[in-house]
Amino acid sequence: MENKLIVSASPHLRSGATTQKIMLDVIIALVPAAVASVILFGPRALLLIAVCIACCVLCEYICRRVMKRDNTIMDLSAVVTGLLLAFNLPVSISPLIAAFGSVVAIVVVKQMFGGIGQNFVNPALTARVILMTSFPSKMTTWTAPFAYLHGADATTTATPLALSAQGAADSLPGYLEMFLGVRGGCLGETCGLALLLGGVYLIARRVISPVIPVCYLGTAAVMSLLLGRDVLFDLMAGGLLLGAIFMATDYTTSPITRKGKIIYAVGCGVLTMLIRVFGSLPEGVSFSIVILNILVPLIERISRPKPFGKETVKQ
Amino acid sequence: MGLTFPEKPFRTHGGAAVPHHKNTAKLESKVLPCPEQVTIPMQQHAGAPCKPLVKVGDLVQVGQKIGEAEAFVSAPIHASVSGKVTAVTKVMLPGGQTADAVVIQSDGQMTVSPEVKPPVVETKEDFLKAVRESGLVGLGGAGFPAHVKLNVPKDKHLDTLIVNAAECEPYITADNREALENSWAVLSGVYAVRDLLKLDRVIIAVEDNKPEVIETLRKIADNPTHDPENRVRILPLHARYPQGAEKVLVQSCTNRVIPLGKLPADVGCLVMNITSVAFLADYLKTGMPLVKKRVTIDGSAIANPQNVIVPIGTKIADAVAFCGGYSKPPRKLLMGGPMMGIALTTDEQPILKQNNGILAFAEEDAALPEPTACIRCGRCVSGCPMNLIPTQLEKYAELGNAEELDRLGVMCCMECGTCAYNCPAHRPLVHAIRLGKALVRNGGKK
Repeated sequence: MENKLIVSASPHLRSGATTQKIMLDVIIALVPAAVASVILFGPRALLLIAVCIACCVLCEYICRRVMKRDNTIMDLSAVVTGLLLAFNLPVSISPLIAAFGSVVAIVVVKQMFGGIGQNFVNPALTARVILMTSFPSKMTTWTAPFAYLHGADATTTATPLALSAQGAADSLPGYLEMFLGVRGGCLGETCGLALLLGGVYLIARRVISPVIPVCYLGTAAVMSLLLGRDVLFDLMAGGLLLGAIFMATDYTTSPITRKGKIIYAVGCGVLTMLIRVFGSLPEGVSFSIVILNILVPLIERISRPKPFGKETVKQ
Repeated sequence: MGLTFPEKPFRTHGGAAVPHHKNTAKLESKVLPCPEQVTIPMQQHAGAPCKPLVKVGDLVQVGQKIGEAEAFVSAPIHASVSGKVTAVTKVMLPGGQTADAVVIQSDGQMTVSPEVKPPVVETKEDFLKAVRESGLVGLGGAGFPAHVKLNVPKDKHLDTLIVNAAECEPYITADNREALENSWAVLSGVYAVRDLLKLDRVIIAVEDNKPEVIETLRKIADNPTHDPENRVRILPLHARYPQGAEKVLVQSCTNRVIPLGKLPADVGCLVMNITSVAFLADYLKTGMPLVKKRVTIDGSAIANPQNVIVPIGTKIADAVAFCGGYSKPPRKLLMGGPMMGIALTTDEQPILKQNNGILAFAEEDAALPEPTACIRCGRCVSGCPMNLIPTQLEKYAELGNAEELDRLGVMCCMECGTCAYNCPAHRPLVHAIRLGKALVRNGGKK
């Protein structure tokens, strides 16, 4: 038997968690919002989701082949990126632009920096930011919910944040409509109910800790209150819920320590509200998260935990 | 007087809910019939190795001293069977180092040596001398000579004895069975240590997945004769790995933090394994040194898992054969538990004093998944009982950056394995950290 025994370093037991299972949980958590987007915006939403996912997975596969690295499409992270990118697009966007966004997300942002775990900004969000600057009008043409049912050419509308910024308070949707997602906006960001369901699932499965969503939303709420705005409206408007639950919690681009997560999430909250109130853009979630992503290495440097029994933390 | 007892354990950081697999907890221990041959290494403790006192052809008896060292930090070695010395040879220990070993062919009689008689203990000095002569080392696994631990420097004031019965490693139930089958000795040993070192309170810490142990010990701990003021109490701990790690245990029991590089004595605590304490009581009564050990033989490749009391130096293969042999071809053989145990290359290895488990795993449990890229999920950070960032330690160890490793507290790591257990990318974190520690110890040179 001598030569048949495996000798390896301890521990010899593993929890059974894998990257694939974690990504699968994220996909499951995104399903309610995906369903909501199809109900609200019609079959075209499904088409965009399919295009983004297929294109992200294909890009991931080709990149790994070209770079002669092991194939990583089975870790499902490209599927998550595709889903999240689709959630950040208006339903009227051309599938070609969606495909271009997928290439940016996977090839430029993720694989050029080394693949999963190595990108320093969130791929889906960065792709959205690039699309926003490349196709500003197409990325801000909003279709009214359920317009696809009426057959006619899609009715365009404005997002609640844009309406609010224009001072058109009368035409704002009510809280219930906002919560259910019956308002203009990107595919996956409008239905607060579906996003919260997904968030609860992720926290219950311990895929994410509640620290980032709670601190992000909490900070945004406090800022909104201090600035004399409608707190509930601010929380449900724009991409805040999608951003706080699914984007800011991306492992790779958020701090690894608890203290770091708090600093990061508070930063996201403050920046989001500052852009909303004082910026020329109506919405600031994407930019806030991407900016804080870039600051993560610095945040981690100042938030190192004190090792057990060590006198001081050396930063 | 004046120290209070915690109602419930204090909070500690991190840990993991590892599966318990305490399959053998309810099975009574069996005594291994005298093996034909034992191989007794002269190094079964932390510290100086012993020199063999016997030569080939000598006749030895159970309890006879066959190895001794002059150094203070060492523990003598005794014959575990009676018979004839057939070889004094070199063996490789599980850690990879070599040591002298005495091979004894058993005569099957287990005749007890006339050297074995109860020690006369009147003073603290007598007690410490007796502990040294007993050959006792920390039986929790570390193998630190007990007389060194008990010889507390005068400038350190001890107030608390913590008896470690946490037994947080999966599968292992040797301490569990000791507590149930030898509970008198546990308490008797506790009183002996407490009285000789004049300790104010004794906390017997048991994970709450062993309710029988808690109940049994509680019953006899409420002993008005030996403990009129109720200064010996049982503390149930959360069954969360690595609850039994010394630093974690001291914090759970007393909320005191042992500084890096210091010992429990530096925060007024003495930590002893429950089987060590029970052995002391038995030794004071009979004078029989440490010549046998209860080990849990378990794992998916073992036919009849159970606890077996074996003479020290028994071949692992003999103990496994007693448990019905291998039910499936073994692909991994561990000395110790699955979290911190050492993988062995052969079952010809002898069982040592500080051994508490031998685990044999079949193919499906032996091979570990291939590592993938770190996704920075933070499970290693949230699980680390020492509050470290294992993923960064791994990266700096790969880069060979000793300065940064030291700054991140790599030397605080006790290699409990919680990080690697949790890791969804199956990174070899503990292995990398060991390399990192070696790098820091060598001042940055590989």
